[in-house]
Amino acid sequence: MTETGVRSVKRKMGYGAFLRKDFEKHWRLYLMFLPVLAFYIIFQYAPMYGVAIAFTRYNIRKGLLGSTFVGFKNFVDFFNSYYFTRLLGNTLRLNLADLVFAWPTSIYFALLLNEIGNKFFKRTVQTFTYLPHFISTVVVCGIVTSFCSTYGSITNLVVAIGGDRLNLLSRKELFTGIYVFINAWQGMGYGSIIYLAAIAGINQELYEAALIDGAGRLKQTWHITLPGILPTIMTLLILRIGNIMSVSFEKILLLQNDMNIEVSDVISTFVYRKGLEEAVYGYSTAVGLFNSAVSLLFLFSANFASRKLTENSLW
Amino acid sequence: MELQRKRKLGVSTSRKIFVLVNTVLMVALVLICFLPFWHMCVASVSDPFYVRQHKGMMLWPSGFNVMGYKLVLQKPVIITGFGNSVFITLVGTTISMFISCLGAYVLSKRNVYWNKLFMKMITVTMFISGGLVPFYLVVQALGLFDSIWAFILPYCLSTWNMLIMRSSFRAIPLSLEESASIDGATDFTILFRLIVPLSLPVMAVMVLFYALSYWGSWFPGVLFIRSTAKQPLQLIMRGILILGDTTSMGTSSELSELSEEYYVELVKYTTIVIATAPIIIVYPFLQKYFVSGIMVGSLKE
Repeated sequence: MTETGVRSVKRKMGYGAFLRKDFEKHWRLYLMFLPVLAFYIIFQYAPMYGVAIAFTRYNIRKGLLGSTFVGFKNFVDFFNSYYFTRLLGNTLRLNLADLVFAWPTSIYFALLLNEIGNKFFKRTVQTFTYLPHFISTVVVCGIVTSFCSTYGSITNLVVAIGGDRLNLLSRKELFTGIYVFINAWQGMGYGSIIYLAAIAGINQELYEAALIDGAGRLKQTWHITLPGILPTIMTLLILRIGNIMSVSFEKILLLQNDMNIEVSDVISTFVYRKGLEEAVYGYSTAVGLFNSAVSLLFLFSANFASRKLTENSLW
Repeated sequence: MELQRKRKLGVSTSRKIFVLVNTVLMVALVLICFLPFWHMCVASVSDPFYVRQHKGMMLWPSGFNVMGYKLVLQKPVIITGFGNSVFITLVGTTISMFISCLGAYVLSKRNVYWNKLFMKMITVTMFISGGLVPFYLVVQALGLFDSIWAFILPYCLSTWNMLIMRSSFRAIPLSLEESASIDGATDFTILFRLIVPLSLPVMAVMVLFYALSYWGSWFPGVLFIRSTAKQPLQLIMRGILILGDTTSMGTSSELSELSEEYYVELVKYTTIVIATAPIIIVYPFLQKYFVSGIMVGSLKE
């Protein structure tokens, strides 16, 4: 049914009758959809009502309606707290570093992979570089913790070139670098798949025309390949920015320790600690809500900017 | 003519240099991706004395011994942990695939009125959520506390995965579905006997994604599990690898001669190898599926 078809049917039959007909025809489909609907309502939408907790001094024994309503006090307390600048700073710094240094490695890698002539070599490289993505977070962080420990392999190398024998994860200045490196290590290979697919979709005649015009490989890449995969890049970039405040929570939680907490504590780990370890539900929900709100702000801005600058956007 | 002459003369010097540098770079990247695992495998079968001494990465076992495996595989927590992980992965993936197929099928239909609302509802959840604390309270209220189902039910549907499936289902010609329903097939039959077999690459990828996600799942355990017997392997590994808690491993007569410290590194490497072995073994066979599956999924979007 086309759009006009639906509307004309509605007009002829009346809205109620239209709905009834739709149910008559599709009731089996709606029945099939019930588990899906149930999932979203129970596990996604019900918690959304929970944000009301952010405006109370929630007491689990008294429940939502029984707890004292405090308005925006939780938010104000958070903004004024000692932690605020630190948390916001860490969240933004880790995210920006990841976005600028780790995220584009997939693009570079895809472009370089594209230049490999030997199919066997190319496939072998791909097999090995995709592997880190499939290793679970706990194992990756376990490997890093082990290698960076006081007698770990990487620490040994650092000592060999003249550094101090210190647990690398306890050194505040190294945390951002380690975090970015892990993200690049895991994401570079796997992330390149989608760009390779996009590159494969570019019209080969464009390259031949450019070659006739005397363009070398570099110029071809800049003028043909990159613009060709730009929609893909922008879509993924916008999605990535939309996730900016929820920087890989699990990884950071696993890599945090008492020594690096000043630089590694981000808003999401703070929400976890305050909310679930210390059970300060109201305050922690407020912080989480702030987090989501900023995330949305980034998402809309990124989408808007992308639409204005490159005419690509998610909506 | 110019083109043919250029091809006959061969490549320019700058291109040759680039190819050389690129090749060296690729080899370096392969090594960076692979060496950590090789080091773990090698170290896990080496004598702990050399494991502690060695600088940098080990390339070959020194003092071959399987003490690490003997220690680790005999510990009850590892066995129950492995069992829990297998349960969560198998049951979880099955449920997830089933529900995702149902959802993707319904959403892929073009003339179903409520689909517009459903789509909006679902995509919103990719960007907005209630937050950790309300989520925790909801799961608690459902009685899933300290239950292994806490790893499965709250996470059984991934919007991203379902939307990829939907795109793939939409690409199947409507005429096939129509002729099947003319022959008397119900929606259920159409879905599982026609559409799913036709989307096998995408299905394979989804199975892979879900299975990996369940296998690596540990945080729900931190939130909801209190009894050690219900902890999956990843959660136990977090205890060993990150929190340094080897007390759950228990002591044995073999260990009492030397201090626990001595075996700590070896035990860590061995546990990692055990937890990652299933993935590394299955990986080469899956590679062709997920590459083609991602391409199909992304191109259709």
